[in-house]
Amino acid sequence: MSQHPNDSNEPLVKIRGLRFYRGDRAIFDGVDIDIPRGLITAIMGPSGTGKTTLLKLIGGQLRPNAGTIHVNGQNVHKLNNKDLYKLRMSMGMLFQSGALLTDINVFDNVAYPLREHTKLPESIIRKLVLMKLEAVGLRGARDLMPSELSGGMARRAALARAIVLDPEMIMYDEPFTGQDPISMGVLVQLIPRLNKASQLTSIVVSHDVEETADIADVIYVISNGKVIAGGPSEQIANSDSPWVRQFMDGLADGPVPFHFPAEPLEKDILGS
Amino acid sequence: MEQLARLGRIGISSLERLGRGHVLLVHMLSGFTALIMRPTLLIAQLHSVGVLSMLIITISGLFVGMVLGLQGYYILSQFGAEETLGVMVAASLVRELGPVVTALLFAGRAGSALTAEIGLMKATEQLSGLEMMAVDPIKRILTPRFMAGLISMPLLAALFSAVGIIGGHFVGVGLLGVDEGAYWSQMQAKIDLHEDIYNGVIKSMVFGFVCTWIALFQGHDCTPTSEGVSRATTRTVVHSALAILCLDFVLTALMFGE
Repeated sequence: MSQHPNDSNEPLVKIRGLRFYRGDRAIFDGVDIDIPRGLITAIMGPSGTGKTTLLKLIGGQLRPNAGTIHVNGQNVHKLNNKDLYKLRMSMGMLFQSGALLTDINVFDNVAYPLREHTKLPESIIRKLVLMKLEAVGLRGARDLMPSELSGGMARRAALARAIVLDPEMIMYDEPFTGQDPISMGVLVQLIPRLNKASQLTSIVVSHDVEETADIADVIYVISNGKVIAGGPSEQIANSDSPWVRQFMDGLADGPVPFHFPAEPLEKDILGS
Repeated sequence: MEQLARLGRIGISSLERLGRGHVLLVHMLSGFTALIMRPTLLIAQLHSVGVLSMLIITISGLFVGMVLGLQGYYILSQFGAEETLGVMVAASLVRELGPVVTALLFAGRAGSALTAEIGLMKATEQLSGLEMMAVDPIKRILTPRFMAGLISMPLLAALFSAVGIIGGHFVGVGLLGVDEGAYWSQMQAKIDLHEDIYNGVIKSMVFGFVCTWIALFQGHDCTPTSEGVSRATTRTVVHSALAILCLDFVLTALMFGE
């Protein structure tokens, strides 16, 4: 596959006709998504629609049943192991739980990708790590162990680790879930700041409508395995589609029904 | 009809697991060359897998040796053959008890620890995180542990046998009055380096290979929940124990038969 040079009009990630099944359930049933360069793209949808699965498909950890995913012009699932690992070095991923290595401290966690993939001397590694920790506000916490960090701090440490190799793209898996308002505020500030400062492309997977809609440039709404809306964020926020409105406004009932499918109530209670 | 389908499903999923286990084994072995370049990883695991097992192996070896001394004396003295106590204790330990009991203890202590560690790393997405950092978690995390198990097991089995012989000496010669010279000289005459000791070492190497493989596979393949990890550790100990005893029979028949 030829690699296109950094053409700023070409989307960084191109997903076409993606189908992915878990058993009999279709998690994705023909999905087309374009992730533009240099912008923050949000992928939103109700829980269980496979948003995390999408990130794993983009990163090559899962194989789709049909369809293609191209990152920077390369078909992710046709790469051999060596090229796939090289591609992953240009992707940073922030897991929901941070996924820090629990047996080493914050500094060593952030230094890990540098020590594994580069032959830089320790003095330079130290400077790089401290700079990244400073960017997320954790330079003073460098000697703490992951078990001593609060949830929000663990996520920030994991973010520092994700950007330490200066990737082209960062994927955030539910970054706002379960955060207190202050940590949320910190992340809401950090994500666009990092995106702009390092000219990254960010993909944020979330179901926190308010925060995500605030920072996103492009929004895709996924439900039932299909993209029900996709476009610039103002367009989606003001959309008329009942699906999108139910999701964005947080309505309990609508196209996604409140009641799990069941028999009529009278039949259940009064017996048959 | 439903029962037949269930049986079929169980059969197919067992074969699938067996297949996944072998794929993992090949993947782990392919990381050997990379490991040689980074001995610190191996050394750290040798400590955690081997050195930390030494206490239980030494104490168990001592008591097993002492029991062998006692029981051996009671039976051999009926035939006036107390002087062969040394041979009996050494042969039992070096040929059978050393490799087998060490492997069982190893599976219970180090095996379950390995399974729990890998299982928890899977449950907390650390393995996934490593993959996304372009680090192969199998080569980086599993291969050092596998090599450490391979190297530690024969050494621990040898330690077990040695301490057991000392335990037998303490009881036999120290407490029950067997002649010291006879204890050692009979042992020296009758225990053969190639037939007894080397075979014992080969056994413990095979057990080390199988136990560590099972422990790492169960950890890597478990359902990433707390229940899944607990079931995986149980399976490690049970499967390892069965495999050890089964292989022991096969190896004994091959090595010590005519």
